[in-house]
Amino acid sequence: MELTVNGSKTYIYTGTHALEPGRTTWLFVHGAGMDHSAWILQSRYFAFHGQNVMAVDLPGHGRSAGEPLGSIEAQADWLAALLDAASVEQAMVVGHSMGSLAAVDFAARYRDRVKGLALVGTGFPMPVAEPLLEATRANDPRGIGMIMNWGISPQSHLGGNQAPGLWIHGQGVRLLEQAAPGVLFTDMNACNAYEAGVARAGEIACPVHFVIGDRDMMTPPKATAALADAVTAPVSRTVLRGCGHMTPLERPNELLDELIAFGARLG
Amino acid sequence: MSSTSGPFSFDTLSLHAGQQPDPATGARATPIYQTTSFVFQDSDQAASLFNGERAGHVYSRISNPTNAVLEERVAALEGGVGAIATASGQAAVHLAVATLMGTGGHIVASHSLYGGTHNLLTYTLPRFGIETTFVDPRDPEAFRNAIRPETRLVFGEVLGNPGLDILDIEAVAQVAHDNGLPLLIDATFTTPYLCRPFDHGADLVYHSATKFLGGHGVAVGGVLVDSGRFDWDASGLFPELTEPYAGFHNMDFTEEYGPSAFLLRARKEGLRDFGACMSPTTAFHLLQGLETLPLRMQRHVDNTRRLVAFLAEHEAVEHVGYPEQPDHPDHGLAARMLPKGCGAVFSFTIKGGREAGRRFTESLNLFSHLANVGDAKSLVIHPASTTHHRMSSEALRAAGISEGMIRLSVGLEDPDDLINDLKRALRASQKEAR
Ligand SMILES: Cc1ncc(COP(=O)(O)O)c(C=O)c1O
Repeated sequence: MELTVNGSKTYIYTGTHALEPGRTTWLFVHGAGMDHSAWILQSRYFAFHGQNVMAVDLPGHGRSAGEPLGSIEAQADWLAALLDAASVEQAMVVGHSMGSLAAVDFAARYRDRVKGLALVGTGFPMPVAEPLLEATRANDPRGIGMIMNWGISPQSHLGGNQAPGLWIHGQGVRLLEQAAPGVLFTDMNACNAYEAGVARAGEIACPVHFVIGDRDMMTPPKATAALADAVTAPVSRTVLRGCGHMTPLERPNELLDELIAFGARLG
Repeated sequence: MSSTSGPFSFDTLSLHAGQQPDPATGARATPIYQTTSFVFQDSDQAASLFNGERAGHVYSRISNPTNAVLEERVAALEGGVGAIATASGQAAVHLAVATLMGTGGHIVASHSLYGGTHNLLTYTLPRFGIETTFVDPRDPEAFRNAIRPETRLVFGEVLGNPGLDILDIEAVAQVAHDNGLPLLIDATFTTPYLCRPFDHGADLVYHSATKFLGGHGVAVGGVLVDSGRFDWDASGLFPELTEPYAGFHNMDFTEEYGPSAFLLRARKEGLRDFGACMSPTTAFHLLQGLETLPLRMQRHVDNTRRLVAFLAEHEAVEHVGYPEQPDHPDHGLAARMLPKGCGAVFSFTIKGGREAGRRFTESLNLFSHLANVGDAKSLVIHPASTTHHRMSSEALRAAGISEGMIRLSVGLEDPDDLINDLKRALRASQKEAR
């Protein structure tokens, strides 16, 4: 569906269902250069199981107009404006990678808007290697190669996709290629520049569930631990063995199971 | 454009892509999941699988774990987002066409196509309201001029039949894209080892895996691969991909699957409804062949070059048609597009016409006389006395076939043994002619 957020045309995928008042709403926030389609299975599941789904295309991504927001804080503020525009009070927020930082910042600064927080492929700090920053600054396609080479686990590089006949590496590359020039760099820069991760994590009030890939090179388990240790609200975590950073692509079924269980725990 | 193959090289992907040791048993080889169907964990999991809320297998007409390994492997080797294994090469091209158009649709195709594909486009698809205009593959502008408002696909083979005309994929892709159309390539003769059409701008590729991909002449199959790069939304000509599909819970494929939209539609509609799926045992045979694709293709080409050189010098041979020969019209294009070689299927013309051709094929010992290509064993056919034997000299000439034309598919034998076989048969063909 389309909404206007901060004056800009915004697309959210709702799993072919209209948002209904009184239902739990799942807000999915994608990672750098991606869009709502990264969450296709999980969003369809909740939408077809009596819950509201808002899988966003951040400004300048996918089908949403506007320029990409330059900072994690701006993304968090935008999520609040989005919920306002959709008349949704409170949501279960799921963030991947850059989207996980936006979700942390949002949950800390808009506490009453977040019922539970699921963080996927997350960690703090989220430094971006200089060659990757350089390549994305120049819109050099090698940047996309680096993201996917580092982003999925050695196992996933050999394939064995849960989705029949789809080649994970190729899917990721093509999805990132669809991003407009400059988007990937703006996103990388936002991750790199975000400084408030640990401070904000301490301000979160809702339960937080971490889904961790033990072969995640972009947000290694140590960086995830730094973020998780800073959370004073109830924390749970699941480690997916053999999974890298691109959990929605690499392990869509386990990720869905984690979210179903987390949602059930919070009622 | 970025590489979609990942950190591993072609040779490594040929062995590994798509497969991890079997999670259930630890089996190193790809198990043959010879089962029609897959047990549900519970009703909710079943409903979720059916509705595209979970990934997995339901019924082997639509997907199967052994087939999925083959699909991922070919996608990795071609540099695409995924693939669909089909019952044959013909089933693969039909699936591509049927996914992109229905009655009223139109195709612009090279006129140098495999005969079976030519039949499909000329005689069979028109019965279902799909017309084709054939054009000279050497003339990209001819493709442009043949495009109509109802055109939905541009189509050709990397190496045309029978003259091995090379399609300038880059130029024809440009024409297609200028018109919001995808370019489909039959890459059967080259395999991704010799040419990756996506690297040159093609959007869809298919193979008769029956041939070099499998490589051993034991299994009929096809594979349809998607680059994931064509922008169906921007084109605006493909409502099948960009508008809700009532046949699958109003799924909107580009909205929901982005770069994989075409493959999802093809699987959830064409494979489901037309049902031309591959058997898992066939997928296993093809995977076994793919493991040695780079080794085999190199040897196929090395042997072919030896034979081409031998034949070109032979007094009983009028002409050898291989694009690496200086007198082939696509010599320059071959050097640019196919530096590793132009495959292992080629034709030459024997002196003495139909009769000499017949005697030649019947005198060979090592080459098997049959209607196939791309086997590990060397093959031969003389169209004028077999597949085309009812055609007049004039009709043959119109099809680009001369009376003395012999087609070879060069195998992996010792090239000296092959040359000795050719030498003897050439002698026999000429002796009795006098
Ligand atoms: C170039 C080419 N394309 C397609 C096909 C059709 O493939 P299949 O026989 O697997 O249906 C063939 C078969 O001879 C072929 O040679």
